[in-house]
Amino acid sequence: MNLSLQRRGFGRFALASVLLVGAVMTGMKPAHAADEAPDALVKRLSTDVLETIKADTSIKSGDVQKIMVLVDSKIMPNVNFQRMTASAVGPAWRQATPDQKTRLQNEFKTLLVRSYAGALDQVSDQSVIVRPFRGSADDKEVLIRTEVRGQGDPVQLDYRLEKTPGDGAGWKVYNINVLGVWLVDTYRSQFAEEINSKGIEGLIAALVARNKTNGARR
Amino acid sequence: MNARSFLPSASTRLAVHARRLGAVVVLALLAGCATAPGGNPKDPFESFNRSVFRFNDGVDTAVLRPAATAYRRVLPSPVRTGVGNFFGNLGDVWNFANSVLQLRLQASAENLMRLNVNTLFGLGGLLDIATEAGIDRHNEDFGQTLGRWGVPPGPYLVIPLLGPSTVRDASVLPIDRIGDPLTYVDGGLVAGSLAVLRVVDTRSNFLRAGQLLDDAALDKYTFTRDAYLQRRASDVYDGNPPENGE
Repeated sequence: MNLSLQRRGFGRFALASVLLVGAVMTGMKPAHAADEAPDALVKRLSTDVLETIKADTSIKSGDVQKIMVLVDSKIMPNVNFQRMTASAVGPAWRQATPDQKTRLQNEFKTLLVRSYAGALDQVSDQSVIVRPFRGSADDKEVLIRTEVRGQGDPVQLDYRLEKTPGDGAGWKVYNINVLGVWLVDTYRSQFAEEINSKGIEGLIAALVARNKTNGARR
Repeated sequence: MNARSFLPSASTRLAVHARRLGAVVVLALLAGCATAPGGNPKDPFESFNRSVFRFNDGVDTAVLRPAATAYRRVLPSPVRTGVGNFFGNLGDVWNFANSVLQLRLQASAENLMRLNVNTLFGLGGLLDIATEAGIDRHNEDFGQTLGRWGVPPGPYLVIPLLGPSTVRDASVLPIDRIGDPLTYVDGGLVAGSLAVLRVVDTRSNFLRAGQLLDDAALDKYTFTRDAYLQRRASDVYDGNPPENGE
């Protein structure tokens, strides 16, 4: 109890200091990024992204290019997207060539951004509450649980993060849970179906085709 | 001896329901025998499920989605919120009963409090004052209650018109019906209209989710199944399932 209070206190302190540093040196990376606790990172990142969406009407209306800029500048630096893609692809990932791996990541990212772009006009007065962190400070992988609160029932949004080896590399997200459903896991069987019938190239082709249809509609 | 025929139709309806469900399960088992090896172990009836899924999708495209879209276009948002709140409040009766059966004290207290506050002060449930006051809904049904006490979900099952389920949850649908206040509304027309309104209102809340599913899925069937099974497992543990790997 006492410990978790301390941790929460520390989280708040870390958040405040990060915000302060961020405000003072806009555009510069905080010098002590490695010291930021994973729950503080999630809080900072989700609040930042949410505020950016709220403030930008073209993002809210689903402007994919602007959303992609937001994703690349704010979200991707804190995500191990290679691990996410590899995990969704499964054992076949090891047989993929470096070129195939790059294309898989690009198409998977486009698929996710395009699909969720249409939902952003739902953003209005929501705020993110990070639930008390249950892990320990020297864990290599942690689960951070949050709630998005707005009108109606709160939405459960959880993150799995891994500690990047080395100093200053910080934490990176490698899976997201929306309302009890893990994103990566939900793609695993679908990807396996494509790979089993048409191989890695077949999966890439299916992703390209889906992205093309989604792109044509918007 | 003659009393039977005078009994209200509720028990008959239940029996019909159960029989229909039995037929579904038998059909599923038959179809399951034809399933190719290498499929998902949680989905032995995949070929049967896929055909029901296609049927449901067709009904949705032809009837439900247009109805929900029109409903959304015609009725102003506050009215729709009121409708949703009203049915949500009715649902809290069963949520409360099941949270008690699961011995979840806080959830039970909150569900009961919601029911009282919204019924008494929220104009019979049209306003959801409880949520605004920070008393959250805990959605519980009898399938979750069984899950709480260790009954496994069993194979995935897509039910005609009702959609994704599992053998465990499908088999207790008649019990969930007992807990549905609409079951006790007399007069076919009123009960029927309320049931239709509830379905359309529910669907209208998922219009965007449906669009998202169309965009995000490579295979809508598999996407729905894998998301549904995870969601149900998470529901049984009230959002705190035991941790596993990735």
